[in-house]
Amino acid sequence: MSDGTPLIDPHAHLYNELSGRADWRRVNAARMRAGDAMGVMYHVVSVLGTYGHRSPTYFPSPQDVTQGNRDAWMMAEADQERVRWYVVVNPNHTEHALAEITRGVANGAVGVKLLASRRADDPLNDPICALAAEHHLPVLHHIWQHRTREWSNQEISDGADLARLAARHPRVAFILAHLGGGGDWAHTVPAVLDTPNVYPDLSGSGVDRGMLDVALATLGARRVLWACDLTMETGLAKLRALEVIGLSPDEMADVRWRNAARLFPPGTFPRCGAIT
Amino acid sequence: MIDCAAYIGSYPFRQLPHPDPDVLVRVLAREGLGGAWVGWLPAPWQRDPLPGNDALFAALEPHRATLHPAPVVRPDWPRWEQTLRDVIARGARAIRAYPMHWGMGPHDPSMRRLALACGEAGIPLLLTVRFEDARQRSPLDVAGDLTGPHLRALARAGDRVHLVVTGAGRELLEETHWGLTPDEQRRIHWDFAWIWGPPEDHFAHLLRTVGAERFVYGTHWPLRLTQNPRANLDLLPAELRNPPIVDAATYAP
Repeated sequence: MSDGTPLIDPHAHLYNELSGRADWRRVNAARMRAGDAMGVMYHVVSVLGTYGHRSPTYFPSPQDVTQGNRDAWMMAEADQERVRWYVVVNPNHTEHALAEITRGVANGAVGVKLLASRRADDPLNDPICALAAEHHLPVLHHIWQHRTREWSNQEISDGADLARLAARHPRVAFILAHLGGGGDWAHTVPAVLDTPNVYPDLSGSGVDRGMLDVALATLGARRVLWACDLTMETGLAKLRALEVIGLSPDEMADVRWRNAARLFPPGTFPRCGAIT
Repeated sequence: MIDCAAYIGSYPFRQLPHPDPDVLVRVLAREGLGGAWVGWLPAPWQRDPLPGNDALFAALEPHRATLHPAPVVRPDWPRWEQTLRDVIARGARAIRAYPMHWGMGPHDPSMRRLALACGEAGIPLLLTVRFEDARQRSPLDVAGDLTGPHLRALARAGDRVHLVVTGAGRELLEETHWGLTPDEQRRIHWDFAWIWGPPEDHFAHLLRTVGAERFVYGTHWPLRLTQNPRANLDLLPAELRNPPIVDAATYAP
């Protein structure tokens, strides 16, 4: 399955002991097993607080945010070869969020993860994005593709919401989470077309035929990132589909890893080599 | 190995890239599949299934060595028994039914009669749990996913019933399988196109608990990427590689 060509998964999660799952170590090990089989050189991971065990996944308490970030840091330290990490923040607690980013950068975080604690275009996200810009960190934002109503336990945002935030922070690269992760991807692509600092990732359990074609034809290969999120078999399926839809080798390399290498701080992925 | 869950034709809620039989033949060859049971994708949203069946047979005619018709029999429609005999005589390999789209509850007597009639004829009854993720459905697409009570009721209908269920996730599969006797469990085969692989490893879990012999291969082309079930197989833990799933081609009546 793996031919040694660089491959980066910029949207991955690891579980922690406080997630309340007895099998959290098994799930983390399964991600690494599948990643190695597919040739994933780097998993850029976040730990989402306590995954709902102590506070809601998408509205994590400051205490759980800190705990999850500490666990992500430790996991990255323990597997420096394969793991990089996002610092998670809850923008409802501004000072805490900014302190987490500062501490995260000091501990090697390479990006900021925004969940669904506020709508993407909420002003509370502005100081977070401003600090991300200072540190040249991309922001991975959880997205519901085309929100047509509210959903419980999330303050959902869609591509149009994220585009408004991105327009206010043109120095920040925003990774739009899981184009295949629920909702209507066909709405997202035109919603972000005119916002060049929004980069959809292809992760999610959805494997609709046509999604890859539309995203690449509309946005171009320089704005799309391959990724897995919660389902790695769909990631492998999309990787194989990308190989048969007519991308050039350059375009394929962009989607597999070069776009990620451009968005994250320099030197984040040394095993991928330099971008030529 | 054949694909038990392919379609041709248009989908009412979004444009699909070239959902045509000649393209399907090329895709199957690319994926190393020997053939497919093929349904008429517009059928669930059409009241009278007969014109769709005729269109399906006509479209597949040049490709019958590879593409095998899976027409619809609607058991609350006049003369459905005759329709069943006719489509079997014309070479149907499986019978498709859409109880959710026809507003039929779990204990609908006509669906029970259809399951029994298909069983007597030695042809599988092919049931589709879903066409799309619920989170992206059109407000007009209100049928809902096929339910466990539907499946358990049909599996219990008689010992010759044979169901092939496509598009189930782990929860539906488990609530059905473990709600049946061992004899009844053997009346259902499942595809694994919508079952999660790693890191959750639902597919690996089900191979261990339910058994590989309960699974068949289905892609849901042209709705979904054909590469997905193969990817699921390829990412299994080492001890589960190459599971002895069943080739639906062996069900030929």
